[in-house]
Amino acid sequence: MSTLTRFRPGRLSFSTSFLTAALVLVFLVLSASQPASALPAFARKYGLRCSACHESWPMLNYFGQKFKDNGYQLMNDRDAPIWQNPGYWPVTFRITPIWHRVSAGKVEVDTYADGNPTGSTIQRVTSSGFDLSGLDFHTAGTLEKNISFYLLPSSDSTGAFHFEQVFVRLDNIFHSPWFNIKLGRFELDNLLSEKRILTLTGNGGIYQTYHFIPVGDGNIFGQIGDNQLGLEYMGHSVDDRTRISAAIVSSSDGNVNLSTGANSYTGFFTGSQAFDAGRMGVQRVGFYAMVGEAATYYLTQGGVPLGGSGVANKGFSREGFVGQFYFGPHVDLTVVTQHGSDNPWFGQGYGNAILTDGNGGTTATCSSPTPTCPLNNVPGTALPAGAQSPTWNGYTFEGHYVYSPQLIFIGRYEVEKMSQQANGAACTACTGGLGGGQSASNLGNITSYTVGFRYNPFMTSRAGLAWHNEYNWLHQDGTGPAIGLPYANINTSEVLLGLDFDF
Amino acid sequence: MGATAVLALPMSLWAQLTQYDLNARLGAESHVGNTTGHAKDAALPYRRFCVGCHGPLGDGNGENAPYMQPPMYQQPRDFQLGVFKCRSTPTGTLPTDQDLYDAITRGFDRSNMPQWNTLSKQERADLVAWVKHFSPRWANEKPGTPIVIPPEPEVTPERIKAGRDVFARVQCWKCHGVQGMANGPSASTLTDDLGRPIAAFNFTDGSRPKCGDTDKDIYRIFMTGLDGTPMPSFADNIKPEEAWDLVFYLRTFMQQKSKEKVLAKQLGLKPVDPNAPAPTQ
Repeated sequence: MSTLTRFRPGRLSFSTSFLTAALVLVFLVLSASQPASALPAFARKYGLRCSACHESWPMLNYFGQKFKDNGYQLMNDRDAPIWQNPGYWPVTFRITPIWHRVSAGKVEVDTYADGNPTGSTIQRVTSSGFDLSGLDFHTAGTLEKNISFYLLPSSDSTGAFHFEQVFVRLDNIFHSPWFNIKLGRFELDNLLSEKRILTLTGNGGIYQTYHFIPVGDGNIFGQIGDNQLGLEYMGHSVDDRTRISAAIVSSSDGNVNLSTGANSYTGFFTGSQAFDAGRMGVQRVGFYAMVGEAATYYLTQGGVPLGGSGVANKGFSREGFVGQFYFGPHVDLTVVTQHGSDNPWFGQGYGNAILTDGNGGTTATCSSPTPTCPLNNVPGTALPAGAQSPTWNGYTFEGHYVYSPQLIFIGRYEVEKMSQQANGAACTACTGGLGGGQSASNLGNITSYTVGFRYNPFMTSRAGLAWHNEYNWLHQDGTGPAIGLPYANINTSEVLLGLDFDF
Repeated sequence: MGATAVLALPMSLWAQLTQYDLNARLGAESHVGNTTGHAKDAALPYRRFCVGCHGPLGDGNGENAPYMQPPMYQQPRDFQLGVFKCRSTPTGTLPTDQDLYDAITRGFDRSNMPQWNTLSKQERADLVAWVKHFSPRWANEKPGTPIVIPPEPEVTPERIKAGRDVFARVQCWKCHGVQGMANGPSASTLTDDLGRPIAAFNFTDGSRPKCGDTDKDIYRIFMTGLDGTPMPSFADNIKPEEAWDLVFYLRTFMQQKSKEKVLAKQLGLKPVDPNAPAPTQ
């Protein structure tokens, strides 16, 4: 669901000099649409309750993961649409009416005296009210036995639509579960799926680890939580205990119309193995690695970067481990780690000169002087002295207490820590970080807590409804306004209550 | 047929079964290999995975049961009857815990019962115990003794031809058709023990037999019968060595590549003639 476009904190009036930091936050928020993939259409087709496939809707359990890996098939020889009532059409919609309260600390606001502006000050801005999520139309299923599809037109809360997910998948090629090919725009093969996340707030409705970008960094292409355009191979054992996948995607962060690099691609690789641990349940450990390159120089026309013309590719990588651990039928914990690294050019703000928004559009017109706008590595540009590869480490811990298939408690702790800033000790005129000299070692670090519960008053194979309650708190180092408080930290919190339903 | 005998159990044993009665049986256990399953531990997984079809009382009246209409789909199993198709035990007897475990793991092709092989072994064993707690049969009877399956002999042209004679003699073709296409003269009249229409197995459409698709599974199916269905046990009509011949012959119908198909083609094997006198034993 494209929730974040609606659940994001109130628009912050950051000072110009901190627009870069704000852009990072905006990317964190705007780029993370969250189409849930709980499909009553599947439940209606197969007569299984939501709980058969979902630990709690929309998060998959092992059976649901296998169903997905089989191309949304039970493999019961009745998967092809020819076996369905001709009136059956696999459509599900999802939308969430909510009430939420957003509180953003250290916002720079104008001050007035006698109706005249007197300057600015820093204060906390809190707003609350009733709101809506975006709307998702999921259509998915099989075109024929072993040929699957997914089409997800998704809107933000204003009704602006884009294609969040579109793919065709050839399943069980050569009658083997080890050969499945997917083409289109799809979620990367993350075991902890952001598209099936159980939380909905602006900062808690995404995995920070999947979207982290250092302050001042211009590389938006390494966000593994975003749906990407590409081709994926996936294979798994019959019981799904062993899974592998490899995808090649355009380095466009899922943007259509070849809007970014002229010839830049990214690879995403995963592998995992599950083990039967008796009464503890089935445990899974795995890894992922994203290795890619993206453009830093875009041809210009009248000084404006041209979409699809990006060259001068530079590299980046994200890699980590994933563990899904069950402690009996009620308690589970998922751990995701990440080590990320960007080429120094990205660290200095080069990369997304087009300002794509992840949905095929652009985020804004970039008219401010650098470094607030992503930079363009035009011929003759020199990397500032002291520039170095920004690197960081991230950790996500998400635990659940499943009281019953109808009631789940959620807790998440995430931390993203820079291990090397883009602006090194030799920097005097760097354009990364906050610009200028060496960055503080903790600049941009993020800590986030999310707790909540979802209660489904009924559980059938026809529709889903969850009473959703959530609290998120996010802390980021050094990206607040500078008025008297250099390197101020930002604390943002949000409370959200809603009725999350699909049919 | 054993299933008929089971249906003759006093109706009061299960017709009025309540949650209260079931709670009294929560001590039911299963033993699968070295894993002991406990019914009391399966309440959550049953509610999560199974109740939509099999219902809270295990009577096959889950919310989706009305939409599973035979012969396209089979109705969910009524666990209260304690009658099961896929067993290693003689007809009319209870299945072993391993049989139930295998059924949960394997699922049933051409039905809405999927393979639950993603569940842990313990969860599946617990579910076996849970299934048992629905029927009073387990309180009063022991599971049957699994039939003995002799080692599989080498496939030969002679054995395939002998299998065809068995197919003709015990009149498999009456339901399954002379070419295994489920179009025998009796096929359209078949009903299960509850009077619901049921289809004979079509060997030729590429689907898998419900109770497993290894040679041993096929042997076991016709030697134990599928209780609750018109498929009887042929244990009294087919000798063990003849049973293997029949397995080889049935393989010649199936889409999957096999040595049997190659040999049948070399032999120019013709389908049985339903009008010919049945071969003698």
